[in-house]
Amino acid sequence: MKRLSSKRLEDRTVHSLIGFFSDRLSDWRALHGVLVGCLALMRRKSDTGAISSSDASVVARSFMENLQVQSYGQQDRKLCFEILECLLDSYFDAALTLKDEFIYVICEAIDAEKDPQCLLITFHLVELVALKYPESSEELTSYAEDLFNILGSYFPIHFTHPKGEDDVKREELSRALMLAFASTPLFEPFSIPLLLEKLSSSLPSAKIESLKYLSHCTVKYGAQRMLKHHEALWSSLKDSVFTSATSSLAVGPEHQDNKIVAEALILLQKLIQQDNASFLNLILKDVEIGMSLKTLSNYKSHDDISEPDKQRLNAVGQILYVSAAASAASCNAVFQSFFSGLVNGLGSMTLDEKPHFGYLYICVELLAACRTLVVGPSTTTYPESESWCGILHGICSSLTSSLVKSMKESTKDVDSHYSVKGLRILASFPGNFMPVSKSTFENILAEFISVISLNFNNTSLWRSVLNALAEIGSYIEEYHDSEKMPSFDVIVVERMVALLSSDDSTMPLSLKVEAVSEIGKTNLKYMLKIVQELNKAICTSLHEYWLDGNSKSAERAMLLLECYSVKVLPWFDNIEVTNDVPMHFALKIWDEIQVSTIFSNSLKEKKLLEITMNAMKHAVASCSEVSQSLILDKAFNILSSSTSFQLDEPVQPAEYSCRDEWIISLFDSVITALHPKTHLNNTNQILQILMRALQNGHVPSAHALGSLLNKMPVKDNKLGADSDAQFCTLEEAIDITINRYISDDNNEIGVSNLKSSNVNDGLEHVSVHGIVGLAWMGKGLLMRGHEKVKDVIKFLLNCLISNESIDSSAVCQDMMRAAADSFGIIMSDSEDCLNKRLHATIRPLYKQRLFNMVMPILRSSVVKSDSPITRSMLHRALAHVITNTPLSAIMGEANKLIPLLIDGLTILSEDVQNRDIVYNLLLVLSGILTDKNGQEAIVENAYIIIRCLNKLVFYQHMMLVRETAIQCLTAMSELPYATIYRFSTEVLQTLSRALDDPKRSVRQEAVKCRHAWTKISS
Amino acid sequence: MAPALINANPIVYEKKERPARIRQPGDNGFDEYAPELIDQLEIFEHIRDIKDPEHPYSLEDLKVITEDAVEVDDKRSYVRVTFTPTVEHCSMATIIGLCLRVKLMRSLPSRFKVDIRVAPGTHATEDAVNKQLNDKERVAAALENPNLVDMVDECLHPSYE
Repeated sequence: MKRLSSKRLEDRTVHSLIGFFSDRLSDWRALHGVLVGCLALMRRKSDTGAISSSDASVVARSFMENLQVQSYGQQDRKLCFEILECLLDSYFDAALTLKDEFIYVICEAIDAEKDPQCLLITFHLVELVALKYPESSEELTSYAEDLFNILGSYFPIHFTHPKGEDDVKREELSRALMLAFASTPLFEPFSIPLLLEKLSSSLPSAKIESLKYLSHCTVKYGAQRMLKHHEALWSSLKDSVFTSATSSLAVGPEHQDNKIVAEALILLQKLIQQDNASFLNLILKDVEIGMSLKTLSNYKSHDDISEPDKQRLNAVGQILYVSAAASAASCNAVFQSFFSGLVNGLGSMTLDEKPHFGYLYICVELLAACRTLVVGPSTTTYPESESWCGILHGICSSLTSSLVKSMKESTKDVDSHYSVKGLRILASFPGNFMPVSKSTFENILAEFISVISLNFNNTSLWRSVLNALAEIGSYIEEYHDSEKMPSFDVIVVERMVALLSSDDSTMPLSLKVEAVSEIGKTNLKYMLKIVQELNKAICTSLHEYWLDGNSKSAERAMLLLECYSVKVLPWFDNIEVTNDVPMHFALKIWDEIQVSTIFSNSLKEKKLLEITMNAMKHAVASCSEVSQSLILDKAFNILSSSTSFQLDEPVQPAEYSCRDEWIISLFDSVITALHPKTHLNNTNQILQILMRALQNGHVPSAHALGSLLNKMPVKDNKLGADSDAQFCTLEEAIDITINRYISDDNNEIGVSNLKSSNVNDGLEHVSVHGIVGLAWMGKGLLMRGHEKVKDVIKFLLNCLISNESIDSSAVCQDMMRAAADSFGIIMSDSEDCLNKRLHATIRPLYKQRLFNMVMPILRSSVVKSDSPITRSMLHRALAHVITNTPLSAIMGEANKLIPLLIDGLTILSEDVQNRDIVYNLLLVLSGILTDKNGQEAIVENAYIIIRCLNKLVFYQHMMLVRETAIQCLTAMSELPYATIYRFSTEVLQTLSRALDDPKRSVRQEAVKCRHAWTKISS
Repeated sequence: MAPALINANPIVYEKKERPARIRQPGDNGFDEYAPELIDQLEIFEHIRDIKDPEHPYSLEDLKVITEDAVEVDDKRSYVRVTFTPTVEHCSMATIIGLCLRVKLMRSLPSRFKVDIRVAPGTHATEDAVNKQLNDKERVAAALENPNLVDMVDECLHPSYE
């Protein structure tokens, strides 16, 4: 076949080939090949030798004479259509010579086509026909009806059978058909009635489709032709909007959850834009809308309106909104006929003291409409000469006052909510838009602020006002509205800032903070102002708290700090402008600490310290390297000026005062959040200080040490050996820290040293703290992939194992537990440090590496150990490692792991304290169970797994364990029959007892599981 | 020809919503060791989805059983379910009763005594049905019959999902 389209062929060759193919069209046996050949030839580009126009007409003629398209298979039909498409597309002259016969052939070919893929081409074919033939040509006019009859029967596109995989999408087809429908105005007399008829059908999808088609056709057919359908269109449009509008009232261009309404409104807009006067008149004179508007005064309040009335109101509102928003002229007309009446209605409530929700709603709707006209993307100048502007200007002030009144007085949330919306729209007209004057704007802002500062008890109103203010603010920011900016500054922002600093306790601080941060988010300038004030407030409250341990100021400080780290800092992270806000914040707090030297001794509030540390971490983390070193220097100065951190004191843990505790904790936070590239001075001293703090059991110091080791440069080539003595490399740092515990030559001695020294000093906890610190440091090293981590792990393992010789006193047990838990620390992700946000160096797959490193050792030592305590501790460590390793890594070794895992579950479940570990282990097991790669390993160990699960079903300390165990059993019932049938009696016995479990959810699982297993045994 | 349906056109009622059980406030309030007694709703959950032997509706849809028709006393290990056949002469009443009994037998701890009965005045041969349903021997005999067991299992199937 001819697939070599890019090869140059001589005209003569092409000519004789096409002659051959068109001749063979009559041979039905070779049809498929011939069609492919024809198509390939016809699609050739002229630069490689295409067929001539006369050849094309020969093909067309032969096609007409020989082919009965509808009697062929789907593939051949598709080819035929493609040939026709090609003829029309590229060889239209040839087609034209054949006169109306050609269209007749097309009609005949496409009639009653059913395959979606062919249909797609068919629709395109019709569209081409309509496009290529001039509108007035005889051929087209005479065949328009026939063509449309063929097309029309496909509408609306609806598949009765579920679609196959490579089938054409419904949307695609529907689109192609729509283009075909709209291809020529000649279809208008046939298509519009059809579409209107389908619109009245009850099938929602048909409605949506016909509305879509109508809007598309309206544009294509032109105003002239549409004119005579207007009345019919309006009545069916109105019907569909009124019947399918939702009862939740939407304002302006809000999202319509109902697709029918949305499509109908699009059509409405198109119709009005196309032809202003006549269609709009239909709407304005419509009886139903008039009636609805007259009865508006009946609707006093949102909650009193019945559902159908709400639906109606929404429909009217939406129709009016769309009509007013369609163009300036339509807006004029709508305003002239309705608006002043509405405002009067709204205003009349001042007389009879009752809210008029109906008026309110429609007014707001119209306001939204004219705002879209003004701020629309296309308008640059404001059409102040338009009459609606005049009307609006005339009643602006009275409108505002009624809206304000209804906002304040209405008792129902929803009503006031709409008033707020109206005011917001009024306030967000552009500054140079005359009808809404600046004083009105300021007036509105003032009202809003008074609500914010006084009406905080009414939370929903308060929230909506705050939102409105924020929206106005961001609108001003977006359009750089220079006229309104100053007023907003003065009225809103200044007041807000004042609110924050004022001491009056009438308004809850949490609300103040919320309001301030919302407003701040609209604009960088405001935010900076607010941040200043926030800093001040934080410092004063911290100060007060430090002085006398005042719990009230502690609470204040907590709220403010929380706001800072949750709202303000992330906001600054998101904007591109570089700024020093986080740095100033951090420095400010350090300043505060430096100044306040007297700390009350009764500071119990641990939580405040935590929150402050958190805020400090986040602030430092979002600073640049330079500012980080600034902060670090400052912090270090304060730290070293404090007496209890002097290094020359004898090496024994000092008691920290409250202030020291704060200083060291905040210092740790700074260290934890540093960039890897930040230059560190005084590393040596810092490390010493931190190590001391660590011996006091200060966990944040351990975090800081871990982070330091994680981020320090390995070797600094630039500075070389003769750099200042205070700087040190990673190797030296390791010397200072880790090697204090581990001496390279003999680990055993290191461990026993640690132990004996503790026993002698009577400081039981030091060793535990040391181990925790080592764990964090090990984690830091592991994450960057440093070799030294092996030594750390070895040491920790030794702590676990080598105990057998020494008596198993309580001290040793504590140490062993700490060592076991340190594996949990190393493997798990931490919120506090060494994570992405705090710039940790993270090598991929570090968990898997540790898993591979530790697993063989742990496994062999579990087998070797015979003391029960060591065994359980080993299992504890093992459990930590297993639960934190990604499941995919576990899968690879599932076969070896499962016996260990089961063993661990059995041993650990004996102690109540281990219940969380047991649960996590069980989750790993269920993960293996549900993964299809794990099946094999499960089948091999089925017996021990089921025995273990049968026990765990009665694990009395944790409901989740029982529940999961039963779920695992249910999953086991899916295994091959041969493996499990012998366990069924045992399992069923277990389950019948589990039916009497104290917890309901366990019982429910048991019922399901029992059902699954009964099916096996029966 | 398939045998004529006893009640060809039953009334299908609207289902009540199934509100999730209100958890104890917060996870902190969750008491690991406090027992949750078996209550009316729990029993009802077990049986509400059982399919009617004749129609593709659940017993709840047809109001054959309601939550109020379940009496339970966990401490004394006693359950009584009263069901209302859709028509008075319904010969399916025994099958429905058998389904209820089997489902509860399989779902409740063995300590429970289950009592199944037809609501008074709703069935022509009320006493006979009640006697049949609460006679251990006859229930056991019925469950020996493979046809009956198949039928029961089919009805119970939806209640396990």
